[in-house]
Amino acid sequence: MLKQSLTILLLAITAGLALQGRAGDSILPEIPEAQSRFSATQGCVEPTEEMRKNHMEKILHKRDETVHEGIRTSQYSLKECINCHVSAAADAPRASSEKHFCSSCHSYAAVEIDCFQCHADRPVKTPQDNMLSSGSNPPQATSAGNTDTMTTGNLPVLVTEGNAHE
Amino acid sequence: MSEESGIDVYRRRFLSGTAKAAAGMAVAPGVFLHEVAHGKPADQAVTSDVRWGMLIDSGKCADGCNDCVTACNTENGLTGHGRPATDAQWIRKVKLKDKQTGYTQTLPMLCQHCEHPPCVDVCPTGASFKRPDGIVLVDKHICIGCRYCMLACPYKARSFIHEDLQDQMPYAPRGKGTVESCTFCVHRVDSDRTPACVEACTAENHNAMVFGDMNDPDSEISRQLKQYNSRQIRPDLQLNTGVRYRGI
Repeated sequence: MLKQSLTILLLAITAGLALQGRAGDSILPEIPEAQSRFSATQGCVEPTEEMRKNHMEKILHKRDETVHEGIRTSQYSLKECINCHVSAAADAPRASSEKHFCSSCHSYAAVEIDCFQCHADRPVKTPQDNMLSSGSNPPQATSAGNTDTMTTGNLPVLVTEGNAHE
Repeated sequence: MSEESGIDVYRRRFLSGTAKAAAGMAVAPGVFLHEVAHGKPADQAVTSDVRWGMLIDSGKCADGCNDCVTACNTENGLTGHGRPATDAQWIRKVKLKDKQTGYTQTLPMLCQHCEHPPCVDVCPTGASFKRPDGIVLVDKHICIGCRYCMLACPYKARSFIHEDLQDQMPYAPRGKGTVESCTFCVHRVDSDRTPACVEACTAENHNAMVFGDMNDPDSEISRQLKQYNSRQIRPDLQLNTGVRYRGI
């Protein structure tokens, strides 16, 4: 009897501690809204739960296909992830900030990614994007953001020196 | 050395010949697989039916003109730190001078996209590779930055990135600790466009560069290669370069 009540007491204390711990860590990541939806019924290119769990596998598979075989479909392309999930605004958060779509979760989960040491962490609209989206393989997401045309004159803004260090 | 490389090329040809014969037998005899070279759908892999190449006419390449270099830097987001010895450089202008006569000419030097690339031979990780359509690339996901390829390249075509970068182009990822070089603007080529340097040279009406499929006898580059005398740089190395020069 004594043993049983002790166990219950111990359980209660442990649960209390766990709750307390969770209360202290309860700042869930604030995930920024995407720019568009994949379809009327589905937000992302796969159901959201699937993407949260397995996005890395899809990107990894796509990466090898693109680099080695030149397969440039948009569904699992990292470029399209960024185009949809990150704002194109000049003051949009960088990958180093917890407000960035990828970093918001990754810093919460303490999983460090090095994608953005090489890859662009923000959408960069180029004349080429417009060409691609009007070509044989239009992005399957909505056309939001593809309509604004930028001239080559806008390109060098992102190529200026001095931004390379942070 | 030259004898050794001769044997090497012979072995290579023999082996690839056997492989091709075996592949040929898999298809019914007399049936040829024809593929349209251009306008590849985005969801299809590149094939060796195409061999991308470039023909540069140094006679039309003006001294002091840097349009191709500027176009390349803008397209691929190459930025420098004002340190020419280490800044990334995918294409550069080279001046040739005949010491005896004093005759000078210039030409753009870039990755020659060899059929037998020495950079691929020496790469310890497989990061340096040649696509089936002849474009030589670095898979920066695999590159460990050892720089063997930079030493192996007879054309000094590769650069190493020494410092952190930001604001790369989405279609041209580049990062510290990896080696890079001209990609023939592979992102453009895959959507049926020409490399930025060629586009700029043509747009400025210099017309010193032609880009196209060397396997297609009807392409402009094949037509010109057949019509005019052209050279590879360092043909003695038997690398069968994808970039050819006229007037040198």
